[in-house]
Amino acid sequence: MSDLLKTIGSMVVAAGLTLVSASMPATAAEKEKAEDGSRIEFGINEYSDLPARPHMVSAFTLKELSTTADHSKFKELQGPFKSGPEVTKACLSCHNKAGQQLRNNVHWTWEYTHPVTGQKLGKERLINNFCTNARGNEGMCAQCHAGFGRTSPDYDLDKVENIDCLACHESTGKYYKLPPTRGNKACAVMFEGKKPIDWAKTAQSVKMPGRNNCGMCHFYGGGGDNVKHGDLSSVLYDPPKDVDVHMSRDGAKLVCIDCHVGSGHKWAGSRYNMTVGDSGKRPAGAPRTKATCTSCHTDSPHNSTSITGIKLNGHVDKVACESCHIPAFARGGVATKIFWDWRTAGRLKNGEGYREEGYIQGNGKPRHTYKSIKGSFKYGENIRPVYRWFNGVMRYTTIDTRFDPSKPVQINYFSGSYDDPKSRIYPFKKMRTFQPYDKGNNTLVYMHLWGDDKDAFWGNYNFARAIARGMKDNGIPYSGEYGFVETWSWWPINHMVAPKEKAVQCEECHTRENGRLADLGGFYMPGRDRWWWLDLLGWLAIFGALALVVVHTIARIVMKNRYGAAPEGKE
Amino acid sequence: MPLRKRKDDGKLCAHVVIYTRYERFWHWTQAALIFTLAFTGLNIHGVYHVMSMETAVVTHDIAATLLILLWIFTTFWNFTTGNWKQFLPFLQVHPEDGRFVTGLKIFINRLWAVVRYYAWGILKGEPHPHKKTLQRKQNPLQALAYLTFMIVIGPALWISGIFYILYDLWNDFAGSQMWFQATVFVHTAAAFAMIAFVIIHVYMTTTGKTPLHYIKGMITGVEEVELSEIEKEYLETHAPDLLKDENASC
Ligand code: HEM
Repeated sequence: MSDLLKTIGSMVVAAGLTLVSASMPATAAEKEKAEDGSRIEFGINEYSDLPARPHMVSAFTLKELSTTADHSKFKELQGPFKSGPEVTKACLSCHNKAGQQLRNNVHWTWEYTHPVTGQKLGKERLINNFCTNARGNEGMCAQCHAGFGRTSPDYDLDKVENIDCLACHESTGKYYKLPPTRGNKACAVMFEGKKPIDWAKTAQSVKMPGRNNCGMCHFYGGGGDNVKHGDLSSVLYDPPKDVDVHMSRDGAKLVCIDCHVGSGHKWAGSRYNMTVGDSGKRPAGAPRTKATCTSCHTDSPHNSTSITGIKLNGHVDKVACESCHIPAFARGGVATKIFWDWRTAGRLKNGEGYREEGYIQGNGKPRHTYKSIKGSFKYGENIRPVYRWFNGVMRYTTIDTRFDPSKPVQINYFSGSYDDPKSRIYPFKKMRTFQPYDKGNNTLVYMHLWGDDKDAFWGNYNFARAIARGMKDNGIPYSGEYGFVETWSWWPINHMVAPKEKAVQCEECHTRENGRLADLGGFYMPGRDRWWWLDLLGWLAIFGALALVVVHTIARIVMKNRYGAAPEGKE
Repeated sequence: MPLRKRKDDGKLCAHVVIYTRYERFWHWTQAALIFTLAFTGLNIHGVYHVMSMETAVVTHDIAATLLILLWIFTTFWNFTTGNWKQFLPFLQVHPEDGRFVTGLKIFINRLWAVVRYYAWGILKGEPHPHKKTLQRKQNPLQALAYLTFMIVIGPALWISGIFYILYDLWNDFAGSQMWFQATVFVHTAAAFAMIAFVIIHVYMTTTGKTPLHYIKGMITGVEEVELSEIEKEYLETHAPDLLKDENASC
């Protein structure tokens, strides 16, 4: 490892260290380096802290023990393979429906048409308030794509041999994908010096997806461990029960697909169109089709022979399970980004980009609080979610939405209310960012971040050129003038379910001051609400009565002294 | 048993058990439950945080259920024993023939006498205008207060309380929130009234011969009661154990 570092260090592009091979724990040298926050930084090295990815036993892996096929024995998979697409061809030679199935799968298409709003969404189109847009930056961002060689939006989705079966199905835990295009010299070292992939061995290792497959991308969304979601971090590779009762080896030992069930390469659990308020009911013997709590736990999961349990079951119609059972997100020692400021991006030291590591997270690892290529960040851990009424339908501010830049722009937004029987009180992570926008047209912008050219922001640090190029490449009208706008995005919190003893207690919401639901309206909540004037009258009555008592008592004592005998004391 | 005659109206005065065992059980259980309900209720209301919300709610719900059961039972008892007549303030005893009369005027006169007594007479050491009898254990003000308790504050609490406790069973229609708020409003308002009532009620118990006189009466059941000759004879023959002694002063 340190040899590798020296090699890279001797090149100018030293520090952009990358994906550490899964089997290699962090070395002392690496740790030391990490503590030095002021060193020059070139690459996107958030990925460098990938831990080893164990393959855990779950209901699914148990099922696999009873499979009738051993892929390592198949002659089709003996190789030699020179590339990913060659492996895929071998896969599809038997799984001859998989290509067509993937044709409708967002992991492959990066396209999604919302069934309710009709909005065209997906990773290829959307702009978020982290690294903003994948569109045009596929060279970097398509490392997390279930396909090979996605270098631009013009990607032939019918070339099914480009589907990357291994990303989701290999089980060696050492698989990685190279960025399909080169970035600027500042970023060029990504993955350099990594051992070449043994395609045959990897192909023979295929299984149902484990958490290492899903986690590779979904734990690192937004450019690093837990950056984006807050409830999806590398801790979930092997979490203690306190962090996640479902995924812990001391808990239910579930893997992602135990909940995100599906078949035919279609599975449950869309963040665009969420299932809120599932009753969990289905015909006897029918398989689960939804990634909802109720699909396993039913909609009356609490002990209905106790008063507390009955009362809690009564909450289910209005409160999502997650609201109480995930008391905080970003637990277990890995922080999440809560604030991102692109305005400060592009500062240089001696003409070079740099980074600062101003945050030490719970597990002792430092996190970047400044990077020239991205700006400044704030982190949080054990964060209490924000609660909102939510009916499951997510809407998005897309590239063609015009907005009022004087107010924070909602990257995604949703509706819901007490009166809507489809809504529940739902927990969210709220992400705040200042990011570039088109000042003339009041729209978001596509930025050209990645590329080996003079416009890519990562390497040139020039917003004007990066935005002009990003807009032009995608044929989006651009006024030529950019500014920065505050944006918010909302991330539903569903993972990191805590043991039941750690669930949110009644008075964390049913309280007058600073309760979790303090800013939700439209309904009366005992303990939080009251009619102030009724209370006033009530207390007047009570204190009035007490005053009467006191005055009367004094009068009795005084008068008794004056008249001597007690009222009936004649005897 | 020889009873001492009162000089003026020829009536007797005796120590008699006027609160039966059930009545005392009912009274003190009700007191404990109402205290519990008020204490946990205000905790739920957010006035203080002596206990957790869960403990407060569970205790409140159990106490409420017990209280409702107690009230059902007691209502039954009141009607079967005829005790219910004690709580009708307008039903007064005729001063001469000792029979019940329903007279608003006589009630108002007697009520006024009692009010005047507590406002003034008591301070000057005057005797209480109401003499406890077997037919009228309570003075008119007391009867009026208890009736209010039984037909206004109590029902307001238990009716709204039952709606409140069953909220999850009926909240399933548009506009249910309005009814829920009405429920809570009535419940909270009645709870305040109940607490104010209890404060005055407890204070009034200290206005007897000695501050603890009435309390003792409700514990032992024995009170000083004016008896007619007929009542005396009845007690002597049918319930001699209720008639304690004749050394009372009414
Ligand atoms: C008679 C039967 C009663 C029933 C069935 C009842 C039921 C309830 C219920 C269901 C609640 C909501 C909290 C919970 O689920 O426990 C509640 C709240 C409350 N109760 Fe009662 N209760 C009764 C009597 C009383 C009494 C006697 C008092 C006081 C003297 C009282 C005072 C309160 C107060 C102050 C609240 C809080 C209201 C709020 O802030 O929302 N309750 N009661």
